[in-house]
Amino acid sequence: MADPRLKSIGDLLARQGILIAFAIFLVGFAVFSDRFLTPENLETVIRQAAIIGVMAIGVTVVVIGGNLDLSVGSMLSFSTVLVVDLHDKIGPELAIVVMLAATLVLGAINGFLVGVARLNSLIVTLGMLSAIQGLTLIYTGGKNVDILDQETTWFAIFGRGHILGIATPILMFLGLALFMHVVMAYTPFGRRVYAVGGNPTAAVFSGIRRSRLVFSTYLISAFTTGLAALILGSRVMGSQNNVGQGYELLVLAGVILGGTSLLGGSGNILKTVIGVLILGFIQNGLLLMGFPYYAQWLVTWVVIILAVWLDIAAKRGRLLSPIA
Amino acid sequence: MMAPIPALRLEGIVKTFPGVRALDGVSFEVLPGEVHALLGENGAGKSTLMKTLAGMHQPNEGRIFIEENEVVMRTPLEAKAKGVVLIHQELSLAEEMSAAENIYLGELPTKSFGRVDWKTLYAKAGEILKRLNCKFGPQTRVSDLSIANKQMVEIARALTVNAKAVIFDEPTASLTDAEKVVLFDIIRDLKARGVGIVYISHRMEEIFTISDRISVLRDGTYRGTLVTAETSEDEVTQLMIGRSLDLSRNEAQVEFGDVALEVRGLSCGSLYRDITFNVRSGEVVGFYGLVGAGRTEIAETLFGLRTPSAGTILLEGKEVRISSPVDAIANGISLVPESRKEQGLVLGMNCRDNITLPQVDDLTAGPFVSDGAELAIFEQYRDRLEIKTPSWRQAVGNLSGGNQQKIVIGKWLAMRPNVLIVDEPTRGIDVGSKAEIHNLIRELARSGYAVIVISSEMPEVLHVSDRVIAMYSGEIIREFTAAEVTEDNLVQAISGIRADKVA
Repeated sequence: MADPRLKSIGDLLARQGILIAFAIFLVGFAVFSDRFLTPENLETVIRQAAIIGVMAIGVTVVVIGGNLDLSVGSMLSFSTVLVVDLHDKIGPELAIVVMLAATLVLGAINGFLVGVARLNSLIVTLGMLSAIQGLTLIYTGGKNVDILDQETTWFAIFGRGHILGIATPILMFLGLALFMHVVMAYTPFGRRVYAVGGNPTAAVFSGIRRSRLVFSTYLISAFTTGLAALILGSRVMGSQNNVGQGYELLVLAGVILGGTSLLGGSGNILKTVIGVLILGFIQNGLLLMGFPYYAQWLVTWVVIILAVWLDIAAKRGRLLSPIA
Repeated sequence: MMAPIPALRLEGIVKTFPGVRALDGVSFEVLPGEVHALLGENGAGKSTLMKTLAGMHQPNEGRIFIEENEVVMRTPLEAKAKGVVLIHQELSLAEEMSAAENIYLGELPTKSFGRVDWKTLYAKAGEILKRLNCKFGPQTRVSDLSIANKQMVEIARALTVNAKAVIFDEPTASLTDAEKVVLFDIIRDLKARGVGIVYISHRMEEIFTISDRISVLRDGTYRGTLVTAETSEDEVTQLMIGRSLDLSRNEAQVEFGDVALEVRGLSCGSLYRDITFNVRSGEVVGFYGLVGAGRTEIAETLFGLRTPSAGTILLEGKEVRISSPVDAIANGISLVPESRKEQGLVLGMNCRDNITLPQVDDLTAGPFVSDGAELAIFEQYRDRLEIKTPSWRQAVGNLSGGNQQKIVIGKWLAMRPNVLIVDEPTRGIDVGSKAEIHNLIRELARSGYAVIVISSEMPEVLHVSDRVIAMYSGEIIREFTAAEVTEDNLVQAISGIRADKVA
C-alpha cells in the first residue's frame, strides 16, 4: 500500500515538477559558480534562450493541437538567410515583410498537408525539414550571406537593441509568451486547439472545423519561427545557410520539459517558457563550471528523460509500469 | 453441513481516490461453483472493486482471501497466477496475432534457443477452443474474428491457468442473442468445474438467468446479498437505487406540433436507400434495427458528417443543405453520438469545457471566453440532468458512464436545438441512470423538441418512442405508432421478415 505522504509528494511533482526542477538548477549552479546569479549573467542566459523560446511558443501550440513540427529548424535557417540577404537589396522594412510572408507560406504547406490532407505530421514536417534546407541552399547557391552596414541599420534593434532598458529579444520572448498564453488559456481559439488535440473526432462532432484549426496552428509556429529569424539575423548580422540545424530538437526539448504531452490536448505556454529557460541555464551553468560545451548535449538529454519519467511516474504512482 | 470455503473473499475493502471514497468497507465473497452477480449503478464502485480484485488497484484498507489464505495482488499478472482472472469489457487482444498466440501470450511454449514451439502451441490452444465450442481454429488471426469470438479468446486465456475465480465485466455488451446462449453455456461449464464466477452486468434479465446470488453496491457501500431464486427484479432495483422504477410503455396521449424535420427519399450509396420519414416537434421517433442496418449512418447524414447521394432534408418545411456539423448546428440539429468516449467527449478536458465546447465562440466577453457565462451553462445542465461531479474542474474521463452520457446530452441541450438525435442513449449505462435518461428524453420531447432515438435495445425503443421506425439492411421496413407496436412485430420487421410472410 502506498504511503500517503509519498503519494502527496508524487502529486506535487506531477503538478509542479518543472518548477521544482527549475529551482534546484538555479540553486545548484549558484552554489558552484559565483558568477551564475549575477544580473548580467541572467540577462545573457535569457537573451540567448529567446530564439529557441520564441520558436517553442509556436511549436507548443502545434503540439497541444495533437501534431509535431520538426521543420522549424531549417525554417529558421531559411528565414534568417532570406531576411539578411534582402536587407541590403530592398531595405530592412520590405525584407522583414517578404521574409515573414515566405515563412508563412512554408507554414501553410505544413498546415495543408497535415490539416487538410491529413498526413502524418511527423513525416510531413520531417520531410519539410530537409526540403526547406534544400530550398535555402538553392537560394544562396551555398554561399553565406551578411549585412554590410551593420553599425547604422535600425534592423539591429531585434538582436542587439534594448527597449525601455530591456534587451529586445527578452522583451519579444516574454511578451509573445504572455500573449500566446492568454490566447491559449482564455480565448475560444485556444479552447478549440485543446479540444482537437485531446480528441479530434469529438471535436469534429462538436462542430469544430478541424482542418482549418490544424492549419492555423502551423501558421502560428511558422510565424514565431519568422520572429526568431529576426532576432537571430539581427544579432549575427549575417547567416550561414544551415544556422538553424538542430534547433528543432532543442525547441521540442523545451516543449517537453514544459510538460506538454506529445499526445496533444494538454500543455501550457508559460511552462514551455520555463522549460526553455531550464535548457538555457543548464547550458550556461555547465560552461561556467568549466565543462566543455558539448557536455550540454548529454546533460540536456538526461534532464529531459528524467523530466518525462518523473512526470509519468507521478501520474501512475510508481516508477515502472505495473504492466510488465 | 460445513459451509464451503469461498473461492474468493473480500473483507472491509476501502479504496479512496483524491476527493472520492470509491469503496467504503465493502465485503463480498464468491463460492466455488457459484455465479455471483454484482450490481450497482454507474459510480457505485463496481469497477473499482473489480480492479482491486484483479490486482490493478491496491486497497487502502481491507483484506483479500483466496480459499481463505490472505493474499496481496500487486499486478494483474500476480492475480492471474493466484487464480483470479478478469475478463474485460473492453477487450485487450493483440489484433494482428493468431488466437493461439493471444491465448498463451506471455507464456508461449518454446523449443531450444527460445524458438516458439508452434505445434504444441496450436495443439494446446486448439484443445481449449474446442472445449469452448469455438468454430474457429487456433491459427485464425484475431482481427478476423467477430467481437463474440474475440471474447471467447479472452475466456480461453483465462482457462490456461487454473482459475479459482473468473470475473466477467459486462460480457454481453456487444453479443447477439445466439452468442449470449453460448457464453452462458460456458459460464455454466466453468461453474460445474467448481470455478467461482463474479458476473457484472446491467441487464437484469441476464442476471436472473445466470446467477445464483446477487450482491448490490450503492455509493461505494455494500447494500446486501440476495438469493436469485428468492428475489425479484423489483427488490434488486430498489436495493440498487433506493426506489422502484417506472418501466411502463409510452402512452401516446399528447398533441404534437408541426413537422420539424422531414426527410424525403434520402439515400447514401450502399449504406441506406430511399429513406422517408418525418418528426414533429414534441414527438419521439425511435429507430430500431440491427447494428449495420443504416440507422447511425442516417443520423450522421443529418448531422453533416456524410453526404447523401440522393434525397432532400427539410427543416420546418424549408429544404436545407447540411454539408458539415457546423451547418447542422446552425440549423438547430444536435447529435448525441453513438460512442461517447470516441465521438462525444474530450476525456481529458473538464466537465464545464466539454459542455460548452460547441458554443464556446458565443460565450465571450470581448475576445475572451467568459468564465461566468460558461459556469452558468454548466450549472444549469448539471442541475437539470443531475450530473454528479465533485466540481466543474473534474476531467470528464474520471466520471462514471452514466454521468459522462449526461454531459454529452447536456452539451447538446445547451445548444437549444430544434431537432435532437440521440444514438444509443444508454449504452453501457446502469438501470438507474437508464431510467433517468429515458424520462429525460420524454420530458424533452414534451417541452417541444423533435427527438430521434436510435437504439438496439427493444425495451428502450418501446419505452421512449411515440412512433417506431424499423430498419433492416438499409431500408425502412415499417413504421409503427406506439399503439401498434409490439415486441413480436418489431422483431419480425428487423429480421427482414415481412408481416405477410408470417402466418
